[in-house]
Amino acid sequence: MIGVAGTRALIRLALRRDRVLLPVWVVVMVGMTAATSSAGRDLFTTVTSRIDAAAAINGSPSFVAMLGRIYDPTSLGNTSLIKLTTFGAATLGVVASMLVVRHTRREEENGRLELLGAAVVGRQAALAAALIVTLGTMLVIGALTSLALVATGLPTGGAWAFGMAWAATGMTFAAIAAVAAQLTMSARSANAIALGSLGLFYALRAIGDTVGTADEPAIWSWLSPIGWGQQVRAFAGDRVGVLGYPIGATVVILAVAFVLASRRDLGAGLLPDRAGAPMAPPSLTTPLGLAWRLQRGPFLGWVVGYLMLGFLTGNLAASVGSFASTDQLRDLIRRLGGTQVLTDAFVAYMFGFTACLTAAYSITVALRLRAEEESGLAEQMLATSVHRRTWLASHVTIAVGGATVLSLVAGLSAGIANAMRTGVGSDVAGAVAASVVYLPAIWVITGLAVALFGYLPRASSSAWGVLVAIFLLDELGALLGLPVWARDLSPFAHIPRLPGNAMTWTPLVILTALALGLLAAGVLRFRRRDLTTA
Amino acid sequence: MNMAIIATGLVKNFGSARALDGLDLAVAAGEVHGFLGPNGAGKSTTLRILLGLLKADSGAVTVLGGNPWTDAVELHRRMAYVPGDVALWPSLTGGEVIDLLGRLRGGLNPTRRKDLLDRFDLDPTKKTRAYSKGNRQKVALIAALASDVELLLLDEPTAGLDPLMESSFREYIREERVQGRTVLLSSHILAEAEALSDRVSIIRNGRIVETGSLAQMRHVTRTSLTATLRGVPDGFTGLPGLHNLAVDGTTLTCEVDAVALDGLLSRLASIGVVSLSCQPPTLEDLFLRHYASTTTS
Ligand SMILES: Nc1ncnc2c1ncn2[C@@H]1O[C@H](COP(=O)(O)OP(=O)(O)O)[C@@H](O)[C@H]1O
Ligand SMILES: [Mg+2]
Repeated sequence: MIGVAGTRALIRLALRRDRVLLPVWVVVMVGMTAATSSAGRDLFTTVTSRIDAAAAINGSPSFVAMLGRIYDPTSLGNTSLIKLTTFGAATLGVVASMLVVRHTRREEENGRLELLGAAVVGRQAALAAALIVTLGTMLVIGALTSLALVATGLPTGGAWAFGMAWAATGMTFAAIAAVAAQLTMSARSANAIALGSLGLFYALRAIGDTVGTADEPAIWSWLSPIGWGQQVRAFAGDRVGVLGYPIGATVVILAVAFVLASRRDLGAGLLPDRAGAPMAPPSLTTPLGLAWRLQRGPFLGWVVGYLMLGFLTGNLAASVGSFASTDQLRDLIRRLGGTQVLTDAFVAYMFGFTACLTAAYSITVALRLRAEEESGLAEQMLATSVHRRTWLASHVTIAVGGATVLSLVAGLSAGIANAMRTGVGSDVAGAVAASVVYLPAIWVITGLAVALFGYLPRASSSAWGVLVAIFLLDELGALLGLPVWARDLSPFAHIPRLPGNAMTWTPLVILTALALGLLAAGVLRFRRRDLTTA
Repeated sequence: MNMAIIATGLVKNFGSARALDGLDLAVAAGEVHGFLGPNGAGKSTTLRILLGLLKADSGAVTVLGGNPWTDAVELHRRMAYVPGDVALWPSLTGGEVIDLLGRLRGGLNPTRRKDLLDRFDLDPTKKTRAYSKGNRQKVALIAALASDVELLLLDEPTAGLDPLMESSFREYIREERVQGRTVLLSSHILAEAEALSDRVSIIRNGRIVETGSLAQMRHVTRTSLTATLRGVPDGFTGLPGLHNLAVDGTTLTCEVDAVALDGLLSRLASIGVVSLSCQPPTLEDLFLRHYASTTTS
């Protein structure tokens, strides 16, 4: 029934194509867990310190909504890894979905599977190969994470429960993405369905966790693969039996995916494509008009995400003070400079994290240049009377403009949410400033992507590697005790942390000049080089 | 003669591989020029240099009187290009892409656009991701043919078209010629170039090996022919223009030069023909003959 001939060759092909991407994800996930775990070990040396921290988190609905609950406040593993449990599982869900779609629907859409289909490749081989690679990656990340946790001194049983809960959650989303890839004709829509369902499941468990009790979440959490991963309760009971839910769901959903795959034609989707306009609207007359048309859907998705992120930041900031549930903590906060200082530090931290995401957005937009060049679309554009610089500027405008709008949205949304909670109107301007102050650093990263596109087109995607390095430098540089000069390599290190610190203009001006220099270098080089495909 | 394209001594290397090795090409204004060569000969590379998408390592190029590398944008208003492997923005409809490419080129003729959509039988409301290779090619062809340009650069434009559409395409190219447009049409199929071109240039390993009208090249082309006759064929041996003759009972197989075809056919007819099959000369034959003739002379 299943045509899987050629699967092995396709697996080799996928591993070759992703020979950089896969190891990077493994290192990032495992490294982040190891660093967080060893930081927790140093931070929560006494049981009381854990109970305090757990009480603060469990006592804040916003935290419970975002991270989930700590079920055993005395447990070192449970408390120190709460930041990663849910967030990491969701990240793996994203990675798994993108991997599956990348090797199935994207290939089909590009017509590459059509080529392979003519060779001896079974109908289901691409799906089988994509799943084997993805599920394998999830298992490797899960297993190495477990080993890393054992190495940092946590109990073995909990470590494996943690790693396998991550892996199983990732696998469930791989299966969901496999179904999505059968439904739609475009990889973009398949990704949107898979990631949309991930958002939905994240929200479901957020509701279940917040309305549930300290011991048991409400039923909503049990309807979500992310909820299942949490309910394994690694380091807080290690209920490995719960892994049966995600594994069972994966098997059932995968069976559906294979049945759907066997019932459709190559290239077709089960959801029909609607008929579109027979003529182009007036907006589709310039390269910028086209770039906006191509980018507006994802951009609007990001705006919605940023509205929610800002809302969360504003709400959490308003409740930072209320975490201090014990006299000791209140005393500590007073000595640190009062609640205001803590709130400011929290807001600055959240906007720093948001800025990293915004930089990722601007990279996805800027690298569209390379994707268009590789696929031959740039060739068609540049064979018309369009200047190379005009074409390049069209996508860069969206990268820079889009990042700017997103920063404003995050700041405004956080400021308004906070002002609604606390009733202090002037906070809005402060929150916007705290968010947009990162823009020069984001522009530097955009500029770097464009410069790479100009000078090293085939290596353009290494802009992602640079962003990951910057993220790790910012998050772990201080934890790992790296020297200041190394941490200063990150453009974010030079941004004044607002609110709570003095505004300094000099670094912002220098970073903006650097960004302009990188952009200009990229444009000049691109005007002088050959177009390259594949 | 007014020249639309003059290229002399073009060299292009990709790393250590040499794609063009001193290529000379001359296309007169108003002619349909066939650019013939096997896969990998350097046709697409040449067209990309003519468009200023690639820069030649050495050699000189003039297109419509300008330098395609430095004056690309101005020249592109006067020319249209259909790539060999057409990629389209998957979320746009075919109609939207046609309009977009036309507008970016400086506008397209709405009457011709409509006429071409009918002739090529293309549904412009479909998202391009749903199109087959042939339909993607039609989108690029319509966008190019509906623009008021002086020069068309077409890279293997019929590779994905079915025979019916191929004949629509040929018809249109003939009309274009009447209107005085210059067409450079690359192909690896001799018959296609023969059907459309005033002149052809034959490229092999990055060099032009032959230029002229196909009639002028007849001396190097031969048709293969197999005929079953009513009687036994006698007296064919040694006829001028006949090669590799083999007779098996009443069946005759041979290769014949174009100039001797007429005489051969009347002889066969006089014996009486039961069945006849012919194979037009292929590019490969042409190369074989070409090299045979250059090594013997
Ligand atoms: N971007 C490139 N990088 C490396 N080699 C190339 C590139 N483009 C073309 N080539 C090589 O140059 C030669 C000529 O290719 P091409 O012009 O595409 O031939 P044709 O269009 O006649 O089939 C081939 O050997 C091909 O492999
Ligand atoms: Mg070619």
